[in-house]
Amino acid sequence: MVKIPAPSFELVHHTLGNGLRVVLAPDRSAPVIGVGVLYDVGMRSEPEGRTGFAHLFEHLMFQGSATLEKLEHFRYVQSSGGMFNGSTHVDYTDYFEALPSNALERGLFLEADRMRSPRITEENLANQLEVVKNEIRVNVLNRPYGGFPWIYLPAVLFDSFANSHNGYGGFEDLESATVEDAKDFFRKYYAPANAVLSVAGDLDPDATIELIEKHFGGIAKRSRPRRPDFSEPPLSAERRAQHHDAHAPLPAVAIGYRVPDPVTSMDEQLAYVLLAEVLTDGDASRLQQRLVQRDQLVTEITAYVGQFGDPFDERDPSTMTITAHYGDKKSLKPVLRAIDEELDRIATDGLEPGELDRVRTRLLSVLLRELDAVLGRTLTFAKFELIYGRAEMATELPARFAAVTEDAIRAAAGALRPKRRAVLELVAGGAR
Amino acid sequence: MTVPALTRPRKPRKLALQERTTASGLNVVAVRKPGVPMVELRLRIPFLSGSASHPARAAVLSDALLTGAGSFDRAGLAAAIQELGADLSVSVDADRLVISGNALATSLRPLLDLLAVVLTEPTYAPAEVRGERERLVERLTIARSRPGVVAAEALAERMWGRHPYALDLPQPDAVAAVTAGIVRSMHEQWVRPEGATLVLVGDVSPARVLDQVDTALGSWTGAAPTPRIPALTTMEGGPLLVVDRPGSVQSSLRMGTSALTRSQAGYPALQLANLIFGGYFSSRWTENIREDKGYTYGPHSRIEHHTLGSTLMFDVEVASEVTAPAILETRYELGRIASLPVTEAEVESVRQYAIGTLALSTATQAGLASTLSALAGVGLGLDWVLEHPARLSAVTVDEVSAAAAEYFAPARLTSVVVGDASAITTPLAALGPVESAGSAEA
Repeated sequence: MVKIPAPSFELVHHTLGNGLRVVLAPDRSAPVIGVGVLYDVGMRSEPEGRTGFAHLFEHLMFQGSATLEKLEHFRYVQSSGGMFNGSTHVDYTDYFEALPSNALERGLFLEADRMRSPRITEENLANQLEVVKNEIRVNVLNRPYGGFPWIYLPAVLFDSFANSHNGYGGFEDLESATVEDAKDFFRKYYAPANAVLSVAGDLDPDATIELIEKHFGGIAKRSRPRRPDFSEPPLSAERRAQHHDAHAPLPAVAIGYRVPDPVTSMDEQLAYVLLAEVLTDGDASRLQQRLVQRDQLVTEITAYVGQFGDPFDERDPSTMTITAHYGDKKSLKPVLRAIDEELDRIATDGLEPGELDRVRTRLLSVLLRELDAVLGRTLTFAKFELIYGRAEMATELPARFAAVTEDAIRAAAGALRPKRRAVLELVAGGAR
Repeated sequence: MTVPALTRPRKPRKLALQERTTASGLNVVAVRKPGVPMVELRLRIPFLSGSASHPARAAVLSDALLTGAGSFDRAGLAAAIQELGADLSVSVDADRLVISGNALATSLRPLLDLLAVVLTEPTYAPAEVRGERERLVERLTIARSRPGVVAAEALAERMWGRHPYALDLPQPDAVAAVTAGIVRSMHEQWVRPEGATLVLVGDVSPARVLDQVDTALGSWTGAAPTPRIPALTTMEGGPLLVVDRPGSVQSSLRMGTSALTRSQAGYPALQLANLIFGGYFSSRWTENIREDKGYTYGPHSRIEHHTLGSTLMFDVEVASEVTAPAILETRYELGRIASLPVTEAEVESVRQYAIGTLALSTATQAGLASTLSALAGVGLGLDWVLEHPARLSAVTVDEVSAAAAEYFAPARLTSVVVGDASAITTPLAALGPVESAGSAEA
């Protein structure tokens, strides 16, 4: 087996008096830095009747702040030679910049300014409501396969509002959001103690901590909200549903299964992550060989853990999904049968010699490669600090994956029974 | 609180680069770029041809290239690559075929050995070519159900006429006619080292990498083909073409015109003019139709580079009911930047943005490899990246205004909109001449 080098990054930790947790990952090889703030609130925490609110609120965080007028945040980042963005996840929301390292203090100031007080006004809310509706039109409503399966599968696989609702939001819910809702959401969830600040790249740790104290230290301490228990019992009988897509020319299917708690049962969950690679990563994988090459039933098939394909991005409950695209809707039955047979084969006969090693080697080099970009490092360390309580976990993954046994993968395959799955069939309504 | 000033910029470390043209005419560029212990690979092979059957054949070749080589069957080849912690993939467009890959730095030599087998002994088994051909037809069907693809195809046809650049995706019937024999002879004729460029960037020693390439790829030989390449056609503006896509809740506007290439003297000024107009978030176009009016999730303008020339391209998706007002504002911003000078503050902002984001995009192994590979296609190299900040620094406000006046004039642009024609045609006709095309989903 090829030896996988463990990523070597020195990590520095610090916690401010107001509870803000800080992770620094210095690396002076290029004069660039990443600044990321992750707030411990995502789509799962939005109130009933306010689907899509966490994401709409993310947009409002860019509309000006304590010191800055609307548009100034963007202009300060970009005229410093940097780029910015934010994204809303199941369990958290992130805001980040990649900048030349001479803009370090400016980047910290910009994040602190909106953590102190974003400028939430009727006018900004009305404007961003239209922007978000257009985002949903371009990504979902006007696009074939838009939102498939991430918006529609949770409604089949889960029961609670928190886990099953559309995180992009229905237009009616979005339109009924108020400035008061936004201010409440900010007060409750955007406390310094509910966030992680991560800075990576060309920085001196001591000087950076001083700058962080200077800009974030004065933000008032507020209590950290208690995170509700979002867990749900596993499925005991198969569930099926259809999703009609007016623009899609060809049918598709998404099959969802629950996976073990990514945080408290990490070693078990990693077996599912490797199983997904065994099933569909590359031309040597089980389902590519069987369904694409041999049976020629599907055009594409992909298995992944985590709602957006990142297994380390969410807490319990989490999902493994298999999606397949095919030309003929009658293929659904043989596709499901073939997946069940291949899972059975793994559960019963185990893996081929060398199969686990090569799949694991490739997966670890993919994870390593994601750490090359300064922003990738910034957000990865922040995410592991927020969800796992340890940024170091990012560098320990090779060892954790190395400890996963073939038996654990067989057990994972054996647990993916038909009665444990939710099957969402995409019915193609578009012209061919 | 006031916004902190920028501190003194730190200079990037000097990169160690070595270059060599092998006996068979392959240009090899190796760069040591420490970071993670990986290496990135880009093999760029010129693929531009004026032949009408070429695009479909090239697409099938690209999809079938990794379906077996030498003693490896398809799964065996994939397993051998995976074992190295590596990946190889193939893509093709009108200009070039690119084999992209990455591997653990310690696995570069065995990856080059596998690449050599793929280049010199591809199998193209008839069953694999047939399978890939059928999958490609289905993927093309899916691609053409996207409004952006419909709009891009309609615009390309208007801009390029009969030139190969008009054909971004091949037609299904042309794909269906491609056999394994055709693909094999195309590989024989086109997949040649002469004129191709192999870029390797990562935690590696450049001198050693050049020797490894010499040894591993020494058996890959052959002269480049000499295809007939038609000259670019002249583009003209013309009326707005409306392509019907019934049931659309948004309209997809695409516009384009010819632009300067990276080697031309006026390029840095045009690059800055484009950023001011719609090339970054703080642009006039975004601040107007997104942040003020909420008509769209985001408009974008960009300069695209082809081997034979560059283009200035615009794209935006707007809600159907505001299609005409969004186009009115777009034309207002075009007219404004073409007829009134830009400001010094605008130029300073985009200058820093252009310099900073060039540094960011070349600060990773993958980013630097892709940049060097693209530059190699037009005869440029690392020097261009290193010297470009100085060129951007030297641009004056007047030069940016002059570039904007020439390239952003609304009359110069070819324009297409894809949307629900029954809802948008009448309001659009109030703004100026429109022309109707057939339905996208007919």
